Amino acid sequence: MNAVRRAMLQGLAALAASLAVPLRALAAGWNKDAFQSKTPGDALRSLGAAGAADSAEILIDAPQIAENGAVVPIEITSNLPGTRSLAVLIEKNPFPLAGRFEFLDGALPYVKVNVKMGESSNVRVVAEAGGRFYAAVKEVKVTIGGCGG
Amino acid sequence: MAYPMRVRATLKGDIAEVRVLMNHPMEAGLRRASDGKPVPMHFIQNVTVKLNGKTRIEGETSQALSTNPVFSFRLKDVKAGDRLEIAWLDNQGQQNRTETAIA
Repeated sequence: MNAVRRAMLQGLAALAASLAVPLRALAAGWNKDAFQSKTPGDALRSLGAAGAADSAEILIDAPQIAENGAVVPIEITSNLPGTRSLAVLIEKNPFPLAGRFEFLDGALPYVKVNVKMGESSNVRVVAEAGGRFYAAVKEVKVTIGGCGG
Repeated sequence: MAYPMRVRATLKGDIAEVRVLMNHPMEAGLRRASDGKPVPMHFIQNVTVKLNGKTRIEGETSQALSTNPVFSFRLKDVKAGDRLEIAWLDNQGQQNRTETAIA
């Protein structure tokens, strides 16, 4: 059952990816499937990044403990040569994918942004470089109501 | 236009650090107003950074960004006087655009 489901999902993701590329070339798109995914796995599949390999070349600068989950600064840098895009997933948020940034010629693969976090969670950053996907993870604890997280 | 932006770009060598603050509620659709009605989702979906008319960064964002989001980006091969253009579009079709010269 599971194998069939997985194969179907992968097929769908591949189809979505092949459709999404020409669409994005025409206009600024918004990857609805990925952004509306409720689990990090589904979001990664929608991005075509299901098999991302771990990489130490992706740096995530985020607080270990964030007192206010409404404003958590996340700073990400990729040292992978040829990085084309970076995506940020807050794994335990209701919709994990927070953003995806594409870097064209003349932009460094770096972004800093404030995100909302519902609870303590892993922050996963996925980089696309040379047609392959790489990922790094950092845990951020969110203090709720001052009781420690 | 509603929701103005504030941009600051600092040039170090040929690398520009661009900071932009977008005034936007970034409503996640999870809150209820005082009358008990849910507040509808309202958030920026697309962010574009252009230099001299050429797109350098294309961002897609979700309701998980903080209210009044602040972004930092880094552009290379930048010189003083280059024209920096930043635009956003939200899920309700509102948009804004700002242009500034790199000092």
